[in-house]
Amino acid sequence: MGVLVNKASKVIVQGFTGTEGTFHATQMIEYGTNVVGGVTPGKGGTSHLDKPVFNTVADAVTQVGANVSIIFVPPAFAADAIMEAADAGIQTIICITEGVPVQDMVIAKDYIKDKNCRLVGPNCPGVITTDEAKVGIMPGFIFKKGSIGIVSKSGTLTYEAADQVVKAGLGITTAIGIGGDPIIGTTTKEAVELLMNDPETKGIIMIGEIGGGMEAEAAMWLKDNMRKPVVGFIAGQTAPPGRRMGHAGAIVGGADDTAAAKIKIMRACGIHVSESPADIGKTMAEAMSAL
Amino acid sequence: MNLHEYQAKELLKRYNVPVQNGIVCTTVEEVAAAYTATSEKTNSKFVVIKAQIHAGGRGKGTYIEVPEQHGVQVVKSLELATTVAVNMLGNTLVTIQTGNQGKKVNRLFVAEDAYYDGPNPTKEFYLSILLDRTTKKYVFMYSTEGGMNIEDVAHNTPEKIFKEWINPGSMLQPFQARKIAFNLGLQGEAFKNCIQFVTNLYKAFVGLDCDMLEINPLFKSSDDKILAVDCKMNLEDNALIRHKDLVDLRDKSEEDPTEVEASDSNLNYVKLDGNVGCMVNGAGLAMATMDMIKLSGGEPANFLDVGGGANATTVEAGFRIILKDPNVKAILINIFGGIVRCDRVAQGVVDAYHAIGEIRVPVIVRLQGTNAEAAKKLIEESGLKVQSAILLSEAAELVNKAVA
Repeated sequence: MGVLVNKASKVIVQGFTGTEGTFHATQMIEYGTNVVGGVTPGKGGTSHLDKPVFNTVADAVTQVGANVSIIFVPPAFAADAIMEAADAGIQTIICITEGVPVQDMVIAKDYIKDKNCRLVGPNCPGVITTDEAKVGIMPGFIFKKGSIGIVSKSGTLTYEAADQVVKAGLGITTAIGIGGDPIIGTTTKEAVELLMNDPETKGIIMIGEIGGGMEAEAAMWLKDNMRKPVVGFIAGQTAPPGRRMGHAGAIVGGADDTAAAKIKIMRACGIHVSESPADIGKTMAEAMSAL
Repeated sequence: MNLHEYQAKELLKRYNVPVQNGIVCTTVEEVAAAYTATSEKTNSKFVVIKAQIHAGGRGKGTYIEVPEQHGVQVVKSLELATTVAVNMLGNTLVTIQTGNQGKKVNRLFVAEDAYYDGPNPTKEFYLSILLDRTTKKYVFMYSTEGGMNIEDVAHNTPEKIFKEWINPGSMLQPFQARKIAFNLGLQGEAFKNCIQFVTNLYKAFVGLDCDMLEINPLFKSSDDKILAVDCKMNLEDNALIRHKDLVDLRDKSEEDPTEVEASDSNLNYVKLDGNVGCMVNGAGLAMATMDMIKLSGGEPANFLDVGGGANATTVEAGFRIILKDPNVKAILINIFGGIVRCDRVAQGVVDAYHAIGEIRVPVIVRLQGTNAEAAKKLIEESGLKVQSAILLSEAAELVNKAVA
């Protein structure tokens, strides 16, 4: 079970034969993910890592029934890869690529809005449903099976949270890395909603950072839909205004962008906010034992 | 990437966007020559001298060395142009956006006077284009209240701010351009000129992959021309991959020298004012580590993301950059090893430490993830004055002790 990806997912890798694609596809296959092939234009008909290579995503859908795609193509071509996957009927598109031009994402996001698909990323670590499917670049061994879902804008902070949750005696259903760019496919609220509707997930951790209004939007939704405890953390309480902190979207422009503003609204909506990144697992464990 | 006014105006001209023209100068002699040339060209003794720095508020800003001198001044003689050039060049301009330390002025833009007399009154407007993260569209934001701080206008008279969202992938439609010109209260030639201006401006925004483009003031001259008197342009960093020619416009002298050095080593570094340096893999964890330093009683001295491939070379570069800051009393290295193995990172720390020699402040290394135990052992047996932790909470305690 879990959300977005599971045992039944038939995964293809776009940018399959490149260095990144090869390395992470190998890791995904070792984890047990059902990788059914990959796409590299011009190399269709060959095989790579003992899996078929296709020229187009459409070929992969028709010939091996792919329904999930993970994208490792370089930034200049990533938006095109997203639109190709959406056009071919892929249901879950996960874009790992960092550095996609914002204008390309504005166009891609608009292109896919009427398609029957969900985009996660770009600039994200991917999605993992513990012991079922790892469609991303996260170290699989950290994630032990359990009842907590994680939504996060950051890669290593997701691993940190997952590790703390496991050490607190809980485990993970699905962790969704939504990415740190200004324009992303799945918002914090959408990812939280998916986990709220997942019967296996009993508690949710929501990790955000400075910049944008997604955490506030999620908090407002949670106010009326909180059927499970939600723990929140916002990175960047000490970030100076006007400076981009690594992630393209992590910048304080106005007052609503600050960590303090986000934490305030999250608390007001009933989210258990952990001030220190060292207390995320502990806060979740306390919220669960209070049930 | 931030651009200077003169660079932005050059780029706008490529898209036939009318601008207040001028000549960029780096010496007093060049300013004198530019004054004469501009005065002759416009048949007017009025010429504007504008300091070129990456910060707004220049008109009201003043120089540390010459307190009566502002960052923008109209001059009406060669003699005054020379005096102003002497006052401005090489001196330090302080504006509301520079901080108290100000910014050194290396270039002046000697510009034509746009405010000449004519048949009709002049008028200043505000216009900008930026990304609206909520609607995922680019938006024109504009106002009849030009030449002033737009945040104040938005706060005091929000009804005077107009917005026009652009459909992704398409251009500004003619009806949208007309709407902007009508809302600004323009008529006749000025109305037509405004439509042309905003249409071409959006083409420039898209063609140059701007992150933000602000024209303040957008100006209607006394003969009904519409032009950009000032221009603030930020190019979107990710899109520079397809604008190789624009990369050269980066002015490193406007940036913190340590940040420039870090970016040359492919490290993502932002200088802060605190006393605990940090080196982290991943931007989110790096921000979280800064927050944890603060909660532990310290103040973060920097943001530093070493990325996915933390090794001896990157760790050494990170050490050297952090140690340039005399305020640093301790350094925290926080690595969550996933694909990257902790024992390799630990070896990198040891090698980097040896390469630098003695490090004058306590170093705390927190390595968690793949091979964390082996990494801790490696650090502890190295004989170096490095404290090791596995849990983030343990690292927080060590930081607390180091700054106590």
